[in-house]
Order: sequence, then structure tokens, then C-alpha cells
Amino acid sequence: MSENTTAASLAAAVRGGDRSAVEVVEECLAAIDAGDRALHAFLTVTAEAARAAAAEIDQRVAAGDDPGPLAGVPVALKDNMCTRGVATTCGSRILEGWCPPYDATVVERLAAAGAIVVGKTNLDEFAMGSSTENSAFGPSRNPRDTSRVPGGSSGGSAAAVAAGFVPLALGSDTGGSIRQPAALCGVVGMKPTYGRVSRSGLVAFASSLDQIGPLTATVADAALLFEVIAGHDPLDSTSIPEPVPEVGAHLDDGVEGLRVGLVTELLGEGIAPDVAVRTRAAADALEEAGAKVEEVAVPAAVYGLSAYYLIAPAEASSNLARFDGVRYGLRVDAPTTQEMMVATRTKGFGPEVKRRIMLGTYALSAGYYDAYYGKAQRVRTLIADDFAAAYERVDVLLAPTSPTTAFPLGDKTADPMAMYMNDVCTIPSSLSGDPAVSVPFGTGDDGLPVGVQVMAPALAEIDLFRAAAALEASAPR
Amino acid sequence: MIEGWETVIGLEVHAELATATKMFSGAPNRFGSEPNTDIDAVTLGLPGSLPVLNEKAVELAIRLGVALGCEIRPSIFARKNYFYPDMPKDFQISQYDQPINVDGFLELPSGKRVGIERAHLEEDTGKSTHVGGAGRITGADHSLVDYNRAGVPLLEIVSRPDLRSAEEARQYVAELRAVLVATGVSDGKMEEGSMRVDANVSVRPAGSDTLGTRCEIKNLNSLRSLGRAVEYEALRQVDLLDGGERVRQETRHWGEADGRTHAMRSKEEAEDYRYFPEPDLVPLAPDDEWVGRIRASMPVLPAERRARLAAAAGVSLPHEGVAVIVGRGQDSQALAAMEGGADPARVLVHVEQNLAVEGGAALEPGRLVALIDLETSGALTATQAKAVLAEMLATDAGAAEIAAARGYEAMDPNALAAALDGVIAAHPEEWEGFRTGDDKAKGKLTGFFVGQVMRATQGKADGRAVTALLRDRAAG
Repeated sequence: MSENTTAASLAAAVRGGDRSAVEVVEECLAAIDAGDRALHAFLTVTAEAARAAAAEIDQRVAAGDDPGPLAGVPVALKDNMCTRGVATTCGSRILEGWCPPYDATVVERLAAAGAIVVGKTNLDEFAMGSSTENSAFGPSRNPRDTSRVPGGSSGGSAAAVAAGFVPLALGSDTGGSIRQPAALCGVVGMKPTYGRVSRSGLVAFASSLDQIGPLTATVADAALLFEVIAGHDPLDSTSIPEPVPEVGAHLDDGVEGLRVGLVTELLGEGIAPDVAVRTRAAADALEEAGAKVEEVAVPAAVYGLSAYYLIAPAEASSNLARFDGVRYGLRVDAPTTQEMMVATRTKGFGPEVKRRIMLGTYALSAGYYDAYYGKAQRVRTLIADDFAAAYERVDVLLAPTSPTTAFPLGDKTADPMAMYMNDVCTIPSSLSGDPAVSVPFGTGDDGLPVGVQVMAPALAEIDLFRAAAALEASAPR
Repeated sequence: MIEGWETVIGLEVHAELATATKMFSGAPNRFGSEPNTDIDAVTLGLPGSLPVLNEKAVELAIRLGVALGCEIRPSIFARKNYFYPDMPKDFQISQYDQPINVDGFLELPSGKRVGIERAHLEEDTGKSTHVGGAGRITGADHSLVDYNRAGVPLLEIVSRPDLRSAEEARQYVAELRAVLVATGVSDGKMEEGSMRVDANVSVRPAGSDTLGTRCEIKNLNSLRSLGRAVEYEALRQVDLLDGGERVRQETRHWGEADGRTHAMRSKEEAEDYRYFPEPDLVPLAPDDEWVGRIRASMPVLPAERRARLAAAAGVSLPHEGVAVIVGRGQDSQALAAMEGGADPARVLVHVEQNLAVEGGAALEPGRLVALIDLETSGALTATQAKAVLAEMLATDAGAAEIAAARGYEAMDPNALAAALDGVIAAHPEEWEGFRTGDDKAKGKLTGFFVGQVMRATQGKADGRAVTALLRDRAAG
């Protein structure tokens, strides 16, 4: 992405009256029109609403108003964020035809910052998956190689940014759903500290893990978008009542003296050698830039995947109960209420969603709760403790984002466990609630992008962005 | 009471809290609106909506906890998962293993203390109406759901199995209602469903201290049905046991029409609610300062009000009249009259019996004092005082004015003495009996002479004056 197509430069041009928001949005819509048939990044393009919003931005600029830090910048939303009057499908048949009567808090904050929503992006159904192949509306494709998946579940948002359709997109991350597709598509993807960004209006997958975050072409744009969407929201009880850190102001601070830990457990078995090589190269680059690098152990991290696949499905089994055909979305008629509910859910949910509902229901069942859900929660505590111990020695941690580069469509659809392994590096910081970001760092042996993940303690987004900016600056071109 | 058996009852009372808005959203909490108008995204559980705890609901929960002498603890919310159309999210947010209030008690007017196991917060469900069939969801043509009630804050107040009769169960609910109303926690209107009762009933041989198998009885919409259902259920269980059968632990439905309890359609397996901590809410840990402020703002509760009134009246508890007066909230009226100098015994009688009518509670205590003073000075008989009091409620006139208008003037002492002497002269045998008899005989004949004097004076005589005069004459 060239310098003048970043969100920061577009907003500056629109605010300064050098470019019109309408023109910016028209270019964006034209790019989607021309390129998205091949990628299927978008489920809905809100062209008319975007044009109207852009015209309003231009009027405000003309009238001497400042529409905000994202004035006229096109943004794409993962289709699990509620948009007033615009279909919000979660990539599922069960929500077909449902238009929320409200905007998610992040959508309101984008509008207040002058951003223009141009559409809703594809995702694995209810954000459950790592390839977007679980979308009821067909998969998205990776702009770097259309025979490959873009990752998931925020694959549509990652692809939209990687293809240059939009400079900014929002994704949601439950176990890696922002970071993994960012890595596979060669863009920046950041998961904030749990509670930093409001979940109000985000259709829940696993409430204790879900977090909205930016997918962007540059670290600076991720910082800009993070500052716009973050901050306390009284509508979300788990929202953190702390001021938003000014991460953008620290991007040029450098990493002199920053203590960086390479996570031992995430560099061995299961990680493709070319990805491990790139990750070590990233550590070297940070060291070159003045950071102090060492290897640190996060022993419990290896149990993250197992714990995650009990906790997330357990919460999902409860969160998705409401899709019963009674009040909204799909209803398959049947002679009795119970049969109607069963028929609706049988037809409305895809196989991966059903698999996780069954897993989660089982994990919470009487007699199994302690052995599964209870134990998984204890593992979660253990992982958080291990991270806390590591963060006594280092400021940030470094690891691969995804164990491999983008894989071909269909490669793992028959093997759920192989698909789940995609999240092995991202899940630990999801369970601990800490912030993490994936930054592109060169390519693998197949020429496809490799993402390196920086992790930081809760609320330490400034250090996170400092390290990310340094990585971006030293990444191989 | 069933000969040789003891009935053991524990009650679960659901009380709707008197908040302006719902437990987890700003939708109004009120009764009687058009169906599906007091709703919002959270009430309907729309995708993306999140619960935000109503601070007022927590405050009211703490108020009840304080009133019941509970330990108020840090607590969490859990999800109780089951599919039902009137539950918008198909799970109910409730407190499960860590409730806000535990280990309290409620003191009944009889002086008995009933243990409170817990009083926890939860949200109400909507209301289903099943059209066609038997009015149950099974076999209905279609069902209508009204979500106005969904999300209304509730306290579930669980007693220990300390109650021993239907009457005691009724007293418990009546007293709990009085506490809920006095503290402003709930309006306590059973007829509007603000208070709903489930009863756990078991029986055991008298003298046994092990609990029998219990049945939970639902659909108890009034104190009357509670009492009838408990009585019926205890008999049913005793019949089973007497017949050599066992009581099955089950949920039963009270049939108001046939006066029986019926086993609810038994499920193949027990419901598994898959409780787990509600991840959309944070733990609730009321700080001591807040609890302290609530404690300081507590009204005087019925048990203490009964004690105060009894002390002022010089009677001992339990006391029926005191309980009735406090139950009706007329204790402050009675206390004011006593402080005004009125005879406490007469105050209790008038407030309990003669001010139970509409407008009775509004009678200014000073007017009651004036009336009772006339009565105790002998200017009015008890019968006359009652009639004057009834008229005082309808007019602004004072007791003396009404008495005068009615011609209720105290008899001239000389006229009274003449009347008594006439009666004595006419009944020499009785007089001799009175004069020479023991206390028992004197007591009996006092009634005779007072009655005769009343007859002779057309009820104008004051009984107490006659009694005093009679004693004078006998001593004289």
C-alpha cells in the first residue's frame, strides 16, 4: 500500500480539503466492484449509505467542521458486528434476513470519527473457524494466492485490506481470528486487551474471549483505528474503565532497552520450519534495533488449545441457544414448538457450529463440568500465571502467529483437529486476556506471507505497538 | 394436624423488585402494559445485546438481606440453560452457587424464627399463553408470548424447612410480604404476580427428626391456595405412607379448581441446566460503605414494631391485636394515641376492631385520644364510644360534639345511684348473695346487677361506674 492510501494520509487529505470523501469512497467501491468477485471478501457492500455518508463528510469539511481522525476513510466490518438496518448474518443461514435495530458501539465510534462503512465482510459462521470455509455463503480467497484461504475467522476483513479495497477493517478475535488471517494475508492484525474495546453489538461467540480489533495495512493505521474504537463503554460490563493509551504517539519511540522474550514452547513441534526461521529473524531484527532478546518459557501455553476448545464451545453453546426460530431470523415451521426449534437449528447452523454446540453442551453437563469446563478454567488461570511470570522478566513476548503460511482451500476441511491447530500460537494470549498483534515479516518458502506475533501484558498496548512498529520497519521487503 | 404425623414445609418465594427498570436493561419494569411494549434489545436477547446490572436491584436485594439478618456476600451471576419460548436468550441469568444473601431468618408474629437459607437475584421470564388444547404448550394450536415481564428483577427467597403447618406457612408468607413492603423492596402484590410461592412439602412420623421425601408444589397464587395446597399435599403423602407406598420426589401443580395437587408431566430425565458463570457480567462485591448506608436507611421492621407497640401498651407478645395493627400499618396511629394519654387497652381495641374500616387508618390520633378520654372518664359507655367513633370517621366533628348530639350524656351520679338502689331493692336474694359471697360469686353477680341497671337506664349507664358503686354499697 502506497503512502497516500493509508488511513492516516487519506484522513489528512480529506480533513485538509485536498481530497473529497466522495472521491475516496468511489475509488474504494470501484476497487471492490472490480476485484471482489475473485475474492468474496464482502457479504454486503453498502454503497449507497457509504456515498451518502461521504457526501456529508465533505459538507462538514466545506462548512469548516473537522469530521474526526478517520474523516472519509473507508472501513469494512466483519459481519458479526451489528449495523442498524443492514443485514448482519454472522456468515450463518440462521440469521438470514435479520437487520439489527442498533449499531454496535464500535460502529458508532467509527462514525463519530468520520469513517465510512463500505460493507460487511465474510467470516466463518459465528466466527468459528480459521479459513472462512465455514461461511454459509461460501469461502473468501487469499489475495496473495487465490487458491489459498485467507485464514479466519476474520478472513473477509483481512482479504479486503490485503487486496487494497479498504485501508481499514475490523475483525473479532476469540482464539486468533484477527491475528491468524492477518498473518496469512500479510497485513497487520491486532487483538486489544480483553475489555479494551466494547463488545456491545458484537454477536457473541465466546463472551469471555471475544475482542474486536483492527486489521490494517500498516502498524500506524492499526494504532489509529485502535485509538478510535477503544475506551470504556457502559453498555459492556466487562469493558475496562481506563483511559485509552495514546499508542500512535509512541510508534517512533523505538525498542532501545525493550526486553523481548521468544516463547520457547511456540517455536518447536507443530511450527513449520520456515515460520520458525522468520520468527527468529524477527527477534534478531529487534535485537539489532536495540532490544534485549532472550528465550522465555510459558510452560502452560501448550495446554491452551485443549482448554480453549472446552471454554469457547461451552460459552458458545449458551450464547447460540437464542437462535431458536421464535423471535427473529430463520424459522422452519413444525407441528410443535420444540420440533420447530430443532428443525430451525438443524437447518440454520452449519456443521462446525453444531460440532461446537455439542462439544460445549457436553463440557457443561452435570457430572462432566468439573472434569472439562472446570479443569479448562484452571488451565486458563495457569496460563495467565505463566504469562505474568514471563512478563516479570520481559516487556513483550514474540512468537509465530500461525504455525504455517496460507494453506490451500479444502486442505483441512475434513480434519477439524488440523484446522484447530492453526490457533495454537494465538490462543494462549486470548485465554490470558492480554493484547497481541501480528505483523507481516517476510515470506515463507512458498513465497506467502509470514506473520510474527508480539504479545504484551494486559493494558500494555504502548509497548505492544512500539515493538510492532520496530518489526514493521525492519521487515524484509 | 394429622394425628401421629408432622408436616415439614420450606418455601421458595419469588418477589419482583420495585425498580423502575429491568434487571439488566433500561426497559420499564411495570405491570399491566400492552403486551410486548416494555421491551428492548436486551429484553429480547437480540444478538449483540449485553446485560448491564441494575444498581437499584442490587440495593433492594441488600435491603432485604439486611432486613432478614442475612450475611451479605460477594456474589456472581450464572447462566441457567434451558430452551423455552418465553425465555428470550434460552438461558436465565440467576445466582447459583454464590448468592448475595445467605443465612438469615424471619421472625413470625408468633415469635417463631424461620431460617432463611438464601435470597438471591435473578431475572424473570416472559409469559406464554397457549391457545387451543388444554392450555399447556403440549397440544396447543399456537402460543403467544409477552416479553414485558422478561428481565424483571426478582429475589428468590428460600426458607429452611422450618415451617410445620399450613397456617404457619401462610403466616410466613404474610410476614415476608410485610417486610418486603416495609422495606420498599417489592410491592408484594400476589394478585399481580409480584410475589409467587412454591412450597416444598414432606411429612414424617411425629417425633422423627429425619426429613421425608418432599414434593415441590407450584402455582400457588394466594395465601388461601398455599394453605389449601399444603394441607392437601400433606394428607396425600400420609395416605401414601399409611398405605405402604413411597412418596416420589417430584414437582406438582396445584389445581385451584379441584383442590388437588397433580404431578407435572414427568420428564424422561432430570433437567440439566448446565449452570456456568455468566461471562458477560463481572463479580458483584458490594463495599462495606454501601451496605452500611443501606443498613442506616432501613425502616423499622414489623417484628420490632410489634415489640414497640406491645411495650407501649403494656401487653406481652405474641399478641393478636398488636400483630393485626402492625400488619395493617396502624401501629404509629396507635402509638400516637397512647402517647397522647389515651388508655392503651382501649387504644388497642379501637384500632384493631373499630378502625379496620376504610378511612380508619387516617383518623388523627388526637381525635381518638379525645374519644377514649370520654370513655375512661365514664362519660361514654364502650357501646356508645364505638358508635361515636364510627361517626367521627364520616365527619369532622369531635367525640364530645357527636356524643352530645346523640344525647350520650353521662348519667347524673345521683340518678345512677337511684337506679342501682331500685335494682337492689327488687332483687334482695341476689343482693344478699353478692354481699356475703366469695369473689367468684361476687364476680358472677356483678354481671347480673350491671345488666339490670343497663336495662333500667336504657343502656345509658356506664358499666364500670355501676360496678364501682355496687362495691361501695356492699362495703358501706
